[in-house]
Amino acid sequence: MTVGPEQEQRDSSFAAGVRAGGPFAIAGLLLSVSFAVGAQEAGLSALAAVVFSAIVFAGSAQFAAVAIIAQGGTAGAAVVAAALVNSRFLPMGAALGPSLRGGAVSRAAQGQAVVDASWALASRDDGSFDRGLLFGSTAIMYVAWIAGTAAGAIWGDKLADPEALGLDALFPAFFLALLLTEMKSRRAVGVAGLGALIALALVPVAPAGVPVMVASVASLVGLRRTA
Amino acid sequence: MSTTVLLIGGCALVTAAIKAVGPVALGGRELPERLTGVIALMAPALLAALVVTAALADADDWAVGADTAGVAAGGLVAWRTGSIIGCVVVAAAVTAAVRAIS
Repeated sequence: MTVGPEQEQRDSSFAAGVRAGGPFAIAGLLLSVSFAVGAQEAGLSALAAVVFSAIVFAGSAQFAAVAIIAQGGTAGAAVVAAALVNSRFLPMGAALGPSLRGGAVSRAAQGQAVVDASWALASRDDGSFDRGLLFGSTAIMYVAWIAGTAAGAIWGDKLADPEALGLDALFPAFFLALLLTEMKSRRAVGVAGLGALIALALVPVAPAGVPVMVASVASLVGLRRTA
Repeated sequence: MSTTVLLIGGCALVTAAIKAVGPVALGGRELPERLTGVIALMAPALLAALVVTAALADADDWAVGADTAGVAAGGLVAWRTGSIIGCVVVAAAVTAAVRAIS
């Protein structure tokens, strides 16, 4: 692998990524338990819930798709909802692209490692990405995501009522904790506020997922040079 | 094909395709310096949008509920202690408590 002189920022080791991802993996484990419970309430078998987590591995899209099925929607409608919720991976993948090496197939495969938490962990202030943090933290989160789904699929019926336990608050709380780690500058705080406003303004008029994707335009504030 | 196969297969395909587009389109290319500043700010924009659409809205409507209080409490824990696990546990506990008494 050749690394240009402009690439002098060294990537962390895979093991460092695994350690950095640990807390997120535990939080994700709780989240995936609640996913498995919701999936079974929507009529999916325990095995289907686990396979879903293993081959899709995109929490918010999985929740969105299962919610559509639970409301009586078709598989097609659920897939469209999942695609819209996942649309934020377009700007995220574009941001990551220049930090990846290899041919198109290799880069497409490396792009599969992007989940919100690992992408944010790996994001450096200079716009490049730490691949060790990305792959390591995704790996531990992937293992936890499947383990939690399996646990929820097997023992989920022992949980009285996921809403009564407040499990629906796990997902936004998880992202709020992640957001706080990004609040390193006044500019980042301003962009977060702007992104939140854009998303909230679009909620009543755009299909689910689109408000989040469009909120990424708040990052264009970065075009203005810092003094 | 059953609904389950279409659902899971379809979600897997669209997710993999969407995650592949960015890295393939922009892979291995140096971006202009001004764009890297934009990229560095994408995480706060997207994460903030994810938080508010989950905590302050239900489907197509703005909605403040027990989960809003829980997420706010969790955020306080994350801010004061830096603990992600503490944040999500407190968020769920406060949401559950508010639902229990309301």
